[in-house]
Amino acid sequence: MASVRLERVTKRFGAASAVDDISLEVPDKEFLVLVGPSGCGKSTLLRMLAGLERVSEGRIYIGDRLVNEVPAKDRDIAMVFQSYALYPHMSVYENLAFGLSLRKMSKSEIRDRVSAVAGILEIADLLDRKPRALSGGQRQRVALGRAIVREPAAFLMDEPLSNLDAKLRVQMRAELIRLHERLKTTFIYVTHDQVEAMTMGNRIAVLNSGVLQQLDTPQNLYRNPANLFVAGFIGSPSMNFFDGEIVQSDGHPACRVDDLVLGVDPAREAALGTHLGAQVVFGIRPEHSSDERPAGSAEQNAVRSKIDVVEHLGNEMLVYFLPVGHSEKLTFIARMSGERQARPGDELDIYFDAARAHVFDRETGRAIA
Amino acid sequence: MAQEDISVQGPHLGGVEAVRQLFSRLPVHVAVIGIVIVWSIPTIALLVSSFRDPGAVITSGWWNALRDPLDLTLENYNTVLSQRGMARSFANSLIISIPATLLVILIAAFAAYAFAWMEFPARNALFLITVALLVVPLQMTLIPVLRLYTNLTVETELPVLGGRMFGTSSYPGIWLAHAAYGLPFAVYLLRNFFGSLPRDLFESAYLDGASDRLVFFRIVLPLSMPAIAALTIFQFLWVWNDLLIALILLGDPDLAPMTLTITNLVSSFGTAYQLLTAAAFISMALPLVVFFALQRYFVQGILAGAVKG
Repeated sequence: MASVRLERVTKRFGAASAVDDISLEVPDKEFLVLVGPSGCGKSTLLRMLAGLERVSEGRIYIGDRLVNEVPAKDRDIAMVFQSYALYPHMSVYENLAFGLSLRKMSKSEIRDRVSAVAGILEIADLLDRKPRALSGGQRQRVALGRAIVREPAAFLMDEPLSNLDAKLRVQMRAELIRLHERLKTTFIYVTHDQVEAMTMGNRIAVLNSGVLQQLDTPQNLYRNPANLFVAGFIGSPSMNFFDGEIVQSDGHPACRVDDLVLGVDPAREAALGTHLGAQVVFGIRPEHSSDERPAGSAEQNAVRSKIDVVEHLGNEMLVYFLPVGHSEKLTFIARMSGERQARPGDELDIYFDAARAHVFDRETGRAIA
Repeated sequence: MAQEDISVQGPHLGGVEAVRQLFSRLPVHVAVIGIVIVWSIPTIALLVSSFRDPGAVITSGWWNALRDPLDLTLENYNTVLSQRGMARSFANSLIISIPATLLVILIAAFAAYAFAWMEFPARNALFLITVALLVVPLQMTLIPVLRLYTNLTVETELPVLGGRMFGTSSYPGIWLAHAAYGLPFAVYLLRNFFGSLPRDLFESAYLDGASDRLVFFRIVLPLSMPAIAALTIFQFLWVWNDLLIALILLGDPDLAPMTLTITNLVSSFGTAYQLLTAAAFISMALPLVVFFALQRYFVQGILAGAVKG
């Protein structure tokens, strides 16, 4: 049980920084997810926390203890690896007991703890087996068990589900959430999968190129992305972006894309007004683009479009639109109900919900409104 | 380590298919059996001759003995073991080979672990130098080593060590020489094997609270048994079969290993084939036992690194 604090942590490999000046605090018992594309520095950050990688600059605290110089084995932290890293020559029991026996625990105490954890993870009947005789999901549980059994101050997980098949992954996701509730310990979880991040994290830290982009709750990341990167990374399929410019239209600031003027939520107009003439990016999520006019939306947010490709997902479909009478810039994807009819070649008026639209500065990428 | 055990089961073959398969594999089988026969005949001849009467060895070929197996005798072995000091040199061979093998495995395993997994300055340069020693011909070192040993000779009263603590005609001297000659290859082989173990395992063990020493003994060594077994066979056979180093460094006939004693048999009893064959077979017997005992590991060890386990 401990909070984790990073102060201006930087990691350089040669001249390149893998992690660049990151500060964040993880309160006790939080489930924090570090998410970002491959090479964004999330695993490096985790490894620095674990003590497997040295910190180039900055400070790491676990609880109130500065751990920069504390070796991995003395940090009271457990880590679950993507490859599970089970000891292949030891039985499941020995795998679980290994860390405990190194801590000079008595045989009976080890037995009690191992059987308790085996019970939680439902691997009690596998204790005599060697890892090679286990399925992927069972190995995953043993790897989790090896972390849990030590009752560490914090759990670090490095893409622990990415070697599982899709169905098992969904199942284990829920189990991890339950486990977190039950253990009431700090979890720090690395993934490149934004669905995992959104479903599991109390808060999510989005990283790109070693820089922390935004640290927020899943809802806020989705509703108020701080910049273009977060807006594009969170949500699937990702947000549609159109290059545009801020103009004054009928006395209201709006975003002009090509020959089209796209309005935003009245509450955000004030922010736009301070950036008149700025080169911006207009963003709208596929689920906020529809052929039904949203209540209270300005009429001008409609685009005449032709269906290019339809992807059926059962309950919904993803429709790729080509603009009709507008420039190619206005190519976009919309998410629509799977109940309706849609065929390539159909022409529709698609409305972008002004209340859900986002505007970003094109140069800095920061959100304006 | 995350591999599934995949058992490949071919579809059930019909009779015709089975016969066709048999014929397509026939040339391979014939070739393999042929090679085995050609390679085994000298050994079988050696074995048979070693049990024959001295007169018979001179007058007829070894295959004649197969017609009349009852004519064979153990007399040659008796003579060799009792009268020619062969028993003593068999023991000498063991006294030389076992420590020389263990020493190499022990030092090489420690060194290989450090080269593979520990961070220290000039690690790669040192490894490169160690491996580069593989190209130094053994013969080039004989004179310098001999001179060094002559200067460093230490006498002792302990009878076990054959009179000398170190230097020429001492067991520790020849152990060290064999260890030194064997180390470059041993370090190279083990470093590559250790290096192919997944990094996550080590990190996981560190996080579990293990020190380098524990990781070495509880993770690396058990997982590296195939490589170590293969190396043990290599090194043991090399030391057991060595004549050159023994000839140079062991002047005392009381310390002489099998190879040296057999060579002396050749020069003094050049025509006593029946004794030579018996002696040669005694010297072969132990390596054969070692090889058959560890051959499962041997094959695995040679493949080690080629296929990540």
